[in-house]
Amino acid sequence: MKLPFERPLIKKIEAGIPSKFGMKPTLKPIDNIDGVPVSDLIEKYGSPLYVLSEQTIRETYREAKQAFETRYPKVQFAWSYKTNYLNAVCKIFHQEGSWAEVVSGMEYDKALQNGVKGSQIIFNGPSKSREDLVKAIDNDSLIHIDHFDELFLVLELAQTSAKKPKVAIRVNMDTGIYPKWDRFGFNYENGEAWEALNRIMLSGKLELVGLHTHIGTYIMTPDAYRVAATKLADLAYNVERKFKHNVRYIDMGGGFASKNTLKGAYHTGIDTSPTFEEYAEAISGALISSNLNPDQLPVLILETGRALIDDAGYILGTVIANKRLSDGRRSLIVDVGVNLLFTSFWYEHEIYPAKGETQFTEDTTIYGPLCMNIDVIRAAIDFPVLKQGDQFVIKRVGAYNTTQWMQFIHNRPAIVLIDENGESHIVREHETLDTLLENERLPEHLK
Amino acid sequence: MELRKNLAISDTGFVFDAATGESFSLNPIGLEILNYLKNGLKDEEIRQKVLDKYDVDESTFDLVYFDFIRTLQHFDLFEKS
Repeated sequence: MKLPFERPLIKKIEAGIPSKFGMKPTLKPIDNIDGVPVSDLIEKYGSPLYVLSEQTIRETYREAKQAFETRYPKVQFAWSYKTNYLNAVCKIFHQEGSWAEVVSGMEYDKALQNGVKGSQIIFNGPSKSREDLVKAIDNDSLIHIDHFDELFLVLELAQTSAKKPKVAIRVNMDTGIYPKWDRFGFNYENGEAWEALNRIMLSGKLELVGLHTHIGTYIMTPDAYRVAATKLADLAYNVERKFKHNVRYIDMGGGFASKNTLKGAYHTGIDTSPTFEEYAEAISGALISSNLNPDQLPVLILETGRALIDDAGYILGTVIANKRLSDGRRSLIVDVGVNLLFTSFWYEHEIYPAKGETQFTEDTTIYGPLCMNIDVIRAAIDFPVLKQGDQFVIKRVGAYNTTQWMQFIHNRPAIVLIDENGESHIVREHETLDTLLENERLPEHLK
Repeated sequence: MELRKNLAISDTGFVFDAATGESFSLNPIGLEILNYLKNGLKDEEIRQKVLDKYDVDESTFDLVYFDFIRTLQHFDLFEKS
């Protein structure tokens, strides 16, 4: 009986900044997703492969919902379509009770096709066309106005519409964090938001249903939400006082951090990202302690995307080759590129081997399969030496990757959902050359 | 290729280069191969020993052995020829 073989390794011991957290943890392999072996999934559906966990989606949603509902009497989530608009994902959130939050005509139509009532679609974003707005008005959707040009267009459409448009305004503001987002909505501090509200109320043609803000993305400071909620509550109170009108809801947008680690961060996201409870405490506390009439508190709407779906997504992949760089560093070429993992531009994604446990690791650069220099999944990671054909798992990739992915050089892979019973289902087929050619047209003289 | 004389190799896989002050760590198979090299075994002898003892095919061993030797060269652990 021969002994198991492990690749011979030698590693220089570098004197550097000592880790204040002591011994390096052993990288535990991830050999299954919700009980389904990684090797079985790759064998059945190919590599690379996106995998979504329905159980994790539902558990995360319920955790967030509970955090807010135990602190505020009226809470409504609206699923942020741009974060992940696979129908299977949207349907899970809608089943759980989420409305839809969309930012384009395409997303709006998708929400309708997913069976969401028009009155439960929040239409955000800076680029709604006249046709989009007509449709949204007809369907009683909640139009969140981004700028004065849009406000005047909605006012114009209201003249000829049989229905009174239901509108909110998006408000941008200083919440004490950097960067301060001011490209979307009307500014709070310079009085623009108040002016927009006055125009809406004085026009008599629009129904002001809510106030909305979205202060940024990956916000690590819950207190910024406290500031934002206080400012929106002030606006709502001013509307109540001046026009005797109560807004139905305050929409705090999204921007909650997931557990991913941002590039350049000293601590991991697992250790530093705020919990849903911390965000809920900041927002609910501000609304409840505001001047708003406690008998007519507005519904609190949340458009959290990233923090609800990131943990439910995985990419499974396979090692194509090992390679030494000119300075002696190890590099690994894998079949997952940045075209499939857009978030690798700002996260240090967690990557785990799919089997084998070893304490011997090497500083490794992980490259994707694209013949492009920018295709770097991890610039430097202490990683076990995998060999050609070994499989691996990248965690927390559920947000944005399957909406911002690119068909580039390779066909995009399949996406599989593992249901709560551990059954796997294709929710998006692997692309083929036909997918690529479907919309191409060849002029006669080139045939 | 001959391993440098002033390398101190411990039984636990720790290597100290007295000439440069640099130190290295090895996994058990790396340590075994380094000791073969220290004892003057030729590539073919090392290859046969590893193939006899471990569950590995020839081409896989050749690939990783070649990489290991190149890493030793990169760390300047061989005598200059």
